[in-house]
Amino acid sequence: MEQTSAQPAHVHAPPKTFLRKHVFSLDHKVIGKQYYGLALVAVFTGMALSWLMRFHLVWPAAKIPGLELLSKAGAPGGIITPEYYLSLLTMHGTLMVFFVLTNAPFAGFGNYFLPIQIGAEDMAFPRFNMMSFWVTFVAFLVLLLAFFIPDGPPISGWTAYAPLSAIGNDAGPGLGWGQNLWAISIAIFCIGQLLGSLNFIATTLDLRAKGMSLMRMPICTWAWFVTACIGLLAFAVLLPACLLLLLDKLAGTSFFIPAGLVVSDRLQPHAGGSPLLWQHLFWFFGHPEVYIAILPAIGIVSHVLITSMRKPMLSAKVLIYSMMSIGFLSWMVWGHHMFVSGMNPFSSLLFSFPTLTITIPATIITLIWLGSLYGANIRINSASLFALGFVSMFVSGGVSGFFLAQPSIDIYLHATYFVVGHFHMVMGVAAIFGILSGTYFWFPKMSGRMMNETLGKLHFWITFIGTYCIFMPFHYLGMAGNVRRYSSFVDDYMAPLMPLHKFISIAAFITGAAQLVFLYNLIHSRFRGAPAVENPWDATSLEWSVPSPPPWNNFGGKHPVVYHDPYQYGVKGSKGDYVMQDSAEQPATS
Amino acid sequence: MGKLFAVVLTLVALASAYPIVTHMYAQPEDISTHGHAIDEQLSDTMAEAGFAFLGAQLLLAFFVWKFSNRKPGAKVTQLPGGAKLMVATAFILVGTEVLALGVLGQKAWANVYFTPPKPDAMQIQAQAGQFAFYFRYPGADGKFGALHPDKIDEGNGNYFGLDPANDIESRDDIVTGELAIPVNRQIELLMHAKDVNHSFYVRELRIQQDFVPGLDLSIHFTATKIGKYEIVCTQLCGLGHYNMKAYLNVLSQEDFDKWLKQKASEQ
Amino acid sequence: MATTTYAPLPAQTRSLAAPTSRSGIWVGIFAITMFFAAFTSALSVRQGSGDWSHITIPSIMYANTLALLLSSVTTELSRRSITKSQASGSAMRAALPWLGVTLLLGVAFVVGQYLAWRELAARGLYLATNPNSSFLYVFTAAHVLHLLGGIAGLLYLGVRVAADSTTLRRSSFDNTAIYWHFMGVLWLYLLVVIGIRL
Repeated sequence: MEQTSAQPAHVHAPPKTFLRKHVFSLDHKVIGKQYYGLALVAVFTGMALSWLMRFHLVWPAAKIPGLELLSKAGAPGGIITPEYYLSLLTMHGTLMVFFVLTNAPFAGFGNYFLPIQIGAEDMAFPRFNMMSFWVTFVAFLVLLLAFFIPDGPPISGWTAYAPLSAIGNDAGPGLGWGQNLWAISIAIFCIGQLLGSLNFIATTLDLRAKGMSLMRMPICTWAWFVTACIGLLAFAVLLPACLLLLLDKLAGTSFFIPAGLVVSDRLQPHAGGSPLLWQHLFWFFGHPEVYIAILPAIGIVSHVLITSMRKPMLSAKVLIYSMMSIGFLSWMVWGHHMFVSGMNPFSSLLFSFPTLTITIPATIITLIWLGSLYGANIRINSASLFALGFVSMFVSGGVSGFFLAQPSIDIYLHATYFVVGHFHMVMGVAAIFGILSGTYFWFPKMSGRMMNETLGKLHFWITFIGTYCIFMPFHYLGMAGNVRRYSSFVDDYMAPLMPLHKFISIAAFITGAAQLVFLYNLIHSRFRGAPAVENPWDATSLEWSVPSPPPWNNFGGKHPVVYHDPYQYGVKGSKGDYVMQDSAEQPATS
Repeated sequence: MGKLFAVVLTLVALASAYPIVTHMYAQPEDISTHGHAIDEQLSDTMAEAGFAFLGAQLLLAFFVWKFSNRKPGAKVTQLPGGAKLMVATAFILVGTEVLALGVLGQKAWANVYFTPPKPDAMQIQAQAGQFAFYFRYPGADGKFGALHPDKIDEGNGNYFGLDPANDIESRDDIVTGELAIPVNRQIELLMHAKDVNHSFYVRELRIQQDFVPGLDLSIHFTATKIGKYEIVCTQLCGLGHYNMKAYLNVLSQEDFDKWLKQKASEQ
Repeated sequence: MATTTYAPLPAQTRSLAAPTSRSGIWVGIFAITMFFAAFTSALSVRQGSGDWSHITIPSIMYANTLALLLSSVTTELSRRSITKSQASGSAMRAALPWLGVTLLLGVAFVVGQYLAWRELAARGLYLATNPNSSFLYVFTAAHVLHLLGGIAGLLYLGVRVAADSTTLRRSSFDNTAIYWHFMGVLWLYLLVVIGIRL
C-alpha cells in the first residue's frame, strides 16, 4: 500500500534532455547501469589480458598476430616479452579488482536497487552520485592510458610493492610514467568510491520508507550497506598510500625507499624509507577490499536464493550479523598477506588468529544457506543456478583460505599458485557468479525484457565446469611449489607441471568463449527479449512492486509503506505462495 | 535440471579431491629439520579442509537433488534446529578446529622464527638483486667485511660492494653464485637486498623469506640430505623475476671443505 | 509454517521531513579522519627509522591557528543569525556578514600557511629534504586542500544566499558549519602532531 505523505520535495526534477537522461544523469538507476557497463568493458578487457597470459605461459614462443600493434616494445613480432607479461598481469589484476569487482556488484547493482529496496526515490546525494561514476570513469581512462604510452603499463603487479614501484625506470620498464598513471588512476578511483560509499550510507540511514526498520531491509541491502562502510574507510587509506607513492616517484621523497639501493648500477638518491610501510598501508586497504568484493555477492546470492527456494533463510538476522562480523574482523587480518615479508614474526602469529576466526562467520553463512535449502522447493533457472554455483565456489575458495591463514603453512605456499587459486576461486569465480546471478535475476526489472533462459543455462554449465577446470588445478600447482608471477617456467621442477598448465589454458579459452554467449544474450535480450512483467519471479521485495523498468522516481511519486520483512514465502498469499513486503495482507492459515 | 546440478557438482567435487588424495602433485621430500612440523600441519589441514570441502559440496548436491523442482503443491519446511543449530555447528566445529590448527601451528612457526640460531651456526650472507642471488662466506677470519653500495661493480665481480683495500675483514671473503652448505650443520643466512624486494624459497627446505631493502633479516635452517636443490625468487622483482634462481648444494662436510677451499682460491 | 500477523511499526518519531544530508556530513568526516589516520600511522612507522631531527614549526602557524579557531566562532555567529522561523530565502541574509568574516579568516589561514611554507623553504626545508619535512608538508598541504573545499562550500552558501535562493535549506548551513568546525579540530590535532612529533 502506498501513502502520500508530507515528504520533502525531491531533490531533482525529471530529466528532460538526452544528456541529463543518459549521460550526466542524477538517477541512481542510470548511474547503476553506467557502473555495470563500465564493469562489463573492464571484465572483457581483463579477461582478454588473462588469455594472452595463459597463452604465453604454455606457448611462449608463439606469435600473437597483431599484438605488436598494441606494443612494439612489449610484444615485438607478436611474441610477449617477460616485462610485457608482467604488464598484462598488473593490468589484469588492477582492472578486475577495482573496475570489475568493486564496480559491478556494489556500485552497479547497489546503486540501482538499494534506494528501491528501501522505498526511496533516489540516493541521498544524487549529484555526488553522478560525480562518483564519472570520477570512476576518468580513473578507468587514466589506467588504460598506460597501455598507450611508450613506457607501457607497470610491471609491479596490482599490489605495486615498493621500492620496485617507487624507484622509477631504473628498476624496469613501465615503472616510470606507467606506474605514475597507475597510482593517479587508483587515487582518482578512491575518490569516486568515497563519494559512492557516502551515498550508500547516508541513504540507508536516512531515506528508508515508513515501516522499513533496519532489520526489515533485504539481506542484499544490508550487504551493500556493510560494504559501503568498509569501503569508506578502506579507500580513505589507499588514497594517502597512492599519494605518498606519487611523492616518492615525482617529488624525491623517501617514504618507501631506504638508503643505499643500487638499481641498474645506479645508487638511488633516497634514504630511510620503509618498503614494509607500503605493504602495511596497501594491505590495510587490500584485505577489507576483498570483502568489499565478496559481501555484495553474498547479499545478492542470498536474495536470489530466498526467491528461488520459495522460503526464507533459517535466519536472516544471523546472516546479517555474520556479514557485520566479517566486516568488523576484516580490519584485523591484513598482516596475513605479509607473513614472510620481513614483518615481526610475532605479528604474523597475532594476525593469524583473527584470520582463522573469520572462518566462523563465513561458515555460519554457508551453513545457513545449506540448512535453508533443506525443505525448500527450488526453482531452477539461470539466476538460481549461478546462486547455487556461488555457494559451491564460496566453499572451495574459503577452504583453501584455511591453509593460507596459518603462517607455518604459508612458509611453503606463499607466492605459489595455491594463493592464486584461492583468490581466483573467491574473487574471480564466486564474486563473478554473484554478479551473474544478479544479472539474470534483475535484468527483467532493469530492462523490461527477459533474458534467454536456454543461453543462460548453457552459459552456466560451461562456466561452472570450466572455472573448476581452470582454478582447482592452480591449487595442485601450488602444492608442488609452482611460483606465481613468472612469465615463463624455467625451473627444473616445472617441466612435469606443464601438461597441467596446458589443460588450464585450454579450459580458460573455452570458458572465456562461453562468456561471449552471455554477452550476446545480454545485448540481444535488451532489444529483442520477451517482455517482462512486473514480478516475473514472484518475489516480495520492493523492487518487484514497481514497473519493469521503474519510472524515474521509482514509486511514481507515491511513498511505499512496508509491513514486514521481505521473506514472506511459503505462505498462502492471494497472489501465490508469497506476500509482498508492501502488502498488509494476512496470509491464510495453512 | 536441479538433479543435473547435483550430479555435476558431485563429479566435480570428487574430481577435485582426486589429485589431492592420490598425491599427484605433492610437495617434494622434506630435507630440513624443521619441515616435518610444517608437513604435519599441512596434512592435518588438508584432512580438515577435505572433510569440509567434500562435506559441504556433497550436502549442497544432495539438497539440490532432493529439494528442487518438486511435485506441485509440495510444502516448504524448515530444518529442525534452525539457525541455532547452524550457528552452534559453526562455532563448535570450526571454532575448535580453527583454534586447534592455530595453536598447534604455532610450534611449527616458532621452530623457524622464535628459536635463535645455535652459537656455532655457520653464517653465510645472501644478497638478492635484479636478477641473481650471490652468496658470501666470511673466510678464515670468520668476519664479513662491510658493504659499500657505491663500490658495487658487477662487471668486475664485485657484487657485494666490498672494499678489500680498506676493509681488512673483506679480504678473505668468498663470493659465489651457488649456495653450498655442509649437511646436518645449522646455517644462519644473513639476507641483504641490493635493490628491491626479493625472496628466498627452497621448496625442499620448507623455507621462504623475503629480502627487504633496508632491513637486515636472517633465517636459519639445517639441511639433512645431500643433493642439489633450486633456490627461486618468489617476490616479484622486475622483468627477470621468472629467471632469478640459484642452486643450494648440500654436501658432505668433507666435500664442502674442498669446495670452499676451491672457491677461496678463485677469488 | 506458522502464520504471521503483521502490524506496521509505530509511526516513526523522527520527522519525515528530516534533512537527509546530516548523516552524510558525518560519514564524510569519518572518511577524512581515516585519511589522516593513515598518514599518522605512516609517520609512526617512519619515525622508527632513526634519522630524525626535530623541526621547529614556523611561529606564523600559531597565528594561523588563532585565525582558524576564530573563524569557527564567526561561523557559529553566522549560523545563529538565522533565527529558527526563517527557513530560507531572503531571511537568510542575516547570516551574510559573519559568513563574510569567516571567509576572510579562512583565506587568511591559507595565506598564512603559504607564508609558513615560504619560511620553511628559506630555512632550506623542502618537501624531500628529510623525513620530517616530508610529513610536515604532506600534513599541512592535505589539510589546506580540505580547507579549500570548506571555503568553496562557504562561498557557495554565500552566493546562494545573496541570490535570495528559495531552495537553499537550513541544513546546508548546518552541515557546512560542521565541516568547518571539523577542519579546525583537525588542524589542532595536526598542530600537536607536527609541533611535537616532527
